[in-house]
Amino acid sequence: MAGTSQNGKKGDILLQVNGLKKYFPIQKGLLRRVIGYVKAVDDVSLYVREGETLGLVGESGCGKTTASRSIIRLYEPTAGQVLFRSRVLSPDGQPRMVNLLELNREQMTKVRQEIAMIFQDPINSLNPRMTVADIIAEPMVIHGKYEKGRSEEIIVNLLQRVGLRPDHLRRYPHEFSGGQRQRIGIARALALNPRLVLCDEPVSALDVSIQAQTLNLLQDLQQEFKLSYLFVAHDLSVVQHISDRVAVMYVGKVVEMADSEALYTNPLHPYTEALLSAVPKPDPLYKSERIIMQGDVADPANPPSGCYFHPRCRYAIDRCKTEAPAFRELKPDHWVACHRAEELQLRGI
Amino acid sequence: MAVAAAPLTQAKKKEIGQSYWDLVWYRFKKNRLGVLGAILLIALYGSFVALPEVISPYALENRSNFVEAPPTAIRLIDEKGQLRAPFIYGLERKIDPVRRLRTWELDTDRKYPVRLFVQGDEYKLFGLIPMNIHLFGIEADQSEQRIFLLGSDALGRDYFTRIMYGGRLSLMIGLLGQFLTLVLGTTLGVISGYYGGAVDMFVQRFTEFLSAFPNIPLFMALSAAIPVFWPPTAVYFMLTIILAFLGWGGLARQVRGLILSLREREYALAAKSFGASDWRIMFRHLLPGTMSHVIVIATLSIPGMILAETALSWLGLGLRPPLTSWGTLLQDAATIRAIRFTPWLLWVVPPILLTILTYNMLGDGLRDALDPYSGR
Ligand SMILES: Nc1ncnc2c1ncn2[C@@H]1O[C@H](COP(=O)(O)OP(=O)(O)OP(=O)(O)O)[C@@H](O)[C@H]1O
Ligand code: SF4
Ligand SMILES: [Mg+2]
Repeated sequence: MAGTSQNGKKGDILLQVNGLKKYFPIQKGLLRRVIGYVKAVDDVSLYVREGETLGLVGESGCGKTTASRSIIRLYEPTAGQVLFRSRVLSPDGQPRMVNLLELNREQMTKVRQEIAMIFQDPINSLNPRMTVADIIAEPMVIHGKYEKGRSEEIIVNLLQRVGLRPDHLRRYPHEFSGGQRQRIGIARALALNPRLVLCDEPVSALDVSIQAQTLNLLQDLQQEFKLSYLFVAHDLSVVQHISDRVAVMYVGKVVEMADSEALYTNPLHPYTEALLSAVPKPDPLYKSERIIMQGDVADPANPPSGCYFHPRCRYAIDRCKTEAPAFRELKPDHWVACHRAEELQLRGI
Repeated sequence: MAVAAAPLTQAKKKEIGQSYWDLVWYRFKKNRLGVLGAILLIALYGSFVALPEVISPYALENRSNFVEAPPTAIRLIDEKGQLRAPFIYGLERKIDPVRRLRTWELDTDRKYPVRLFVQGDEYKLFGLIPMNIHLFGIEADQSEQRIFLLGSDALGRDYFTRIMYGGRLSLMIGLLGQFLTLVLGTTLGVISGYYGGAVDMFVQRFTEFLSAFPNIPLFMALSAAIPVFWPPTAVYFMLTIILAFLGWGGLARQVRGLILSLREREYALAAKSFGASDWRIMFRHLLPGTMSHVIVIATLSIPGMILAETALSWLGLGLRPPLTSWGTLLQDAATIRAIRFTPWLLWVVPPILLTILTYNMLGDGLRDALDPYSGR
């Protein structure tokens, strides 16, 4: 449950992202002239501690996928810093902070053993021409860690651990249901014993009835394998139960980050408040009006001036139109990017 | 595997473990024309490439006095109307005093039985095993008489034999050339689609340049550049390379397009996220996804290669004697004089057409079987 790792001493920071940006060029014409940029990720800062889950939440199209892919350089970021406490890269085995964006090819390949990814689409993320055994074995093969016998045993164990049967090994992905495929993806992610797993909406493509099972599985695995998660989701209700901390994204920026507890009960950003008002309440007698945001989500190719949220914000003042608010630590471990964060009294749940 | 797989019933086995290729095979089997094409092709390659020495009654260069003799009829009924074992009549040379032409007439007094598996010219089966057995023929020691199933040419050589041997070079050039095209086209297509940028630019412009150029003059220029004094085998391989060189562009373009769409599939990204090399992503994850298309394109373009060889050789720019291919045979056949006096030399055309037809049948069958969106 939320906040379990918050008792007592907090873990070391495992991943720290500072000012990450990823702009996709918009090209036009025969000569592919660049006429602008989609600012898919425009200043993302966040951190993940050892053993915890950071939920990354935002509406569709706000850049969550781009951000998580930029972190492990599936997309080459435009700017920023991605610090990761790596073991494989340190000569003495003591974890050491490295900036992933400065690593050369060979070092980056090595670090990939420690950071795994689970994808949103369980159909597209498994190669349809490979058997389950080959799919799960692939990370080991890539890193030269595949040994006949021993690795096969590991694979069978992983498969059973995620709830599949050993006789599934020789089958192909199309023979499985969505939930089972996602379990194959999870088994693959764990094949190299990573420390950080980036989960990009791992359950949003699944049936509601299977979502809870899969979330529970991920939580159990976190305990068992001492994993840290960056858990991407598009609404706050999914991450509520599994996140220790939550970061909220709006049009390429992280606008608020805090302990789940603090963020849900005491949000500091108007956008978080609006999202929270849409979360279904467990108590039907508890009355709250849903905040309807005016206007559409801003276009990342052509964002508004000042605070990106100002055209939709009901607390906006003149200053918001011209000046972009800084992302700052207002209370210990509670970060927010809003000019009026101190004065506003916002409603949580 | 350390896994004790549970015993499976037959029905269950059928439904699981069905890979993409199992499905393709299943669907292909149901396509009659495609299967027929495949069987005919195997038969064609078996007889023209593997066994021409056995099937033809003489050696390729075996000359005789029977110059430009018409096809020999194999008979079952003799001049008295009696049924007998298959035989042929002897041939006698006559001069037509009016037209001043040499003609061949039947000598019904001489009869030669046609036998299966007769002894004749020596050869090496598959280039290894010395043998002298021929599928059919007449006993050699009886006289100078020959059997010319499809007539003989200006040097008295059996034309059937020459078509059989000619098929070997023509059919192989299609296969070899297409193989080279395949390697070149897919490799460059994959690299160009995956990396984009300068490599892509080069491949794109180069293929456009090649396809904008009229084909025949380009062929002619390139083949004219092959030195005359080169040994025949070198000429043969050079021609194969030229054909492949001109053919890879289209394939590269198609593969590139497919790779562009596959590249953004999440399984390619997943492999990358686990540290797979570009090489591995390209050739292990992306290329297999294009294989079905590539196979169809390749199958359907082999006939083009065979025709190109034929056309070039016919123009005198491809293979040259002593090499014998369908193209060089066609060169002999395609003169007014030949059509007027030795029309049987045109028998080289049906095998060419049959080859093209069977490749198209197979290619269409494969396309239907490999296309995931077709009728199922
Ligand atoms: N390869 C790309 N080239 C250009 N623009 C892109 C590319 N990938 C994403 N974008 C744009 O970047 C923005 C963020 O996309 P992203 O997929 O990161 O959003 P998301 O938050 O993951 O959304 P969802 O919840 O739908 O998955 C979108 O406007 C999208 O159109
Ligand atoms: S900075 Fe202004 S516009 Fe932006 S969220 Fe705060 S109050 Fe609203
Ligand atoms: Mg996404």
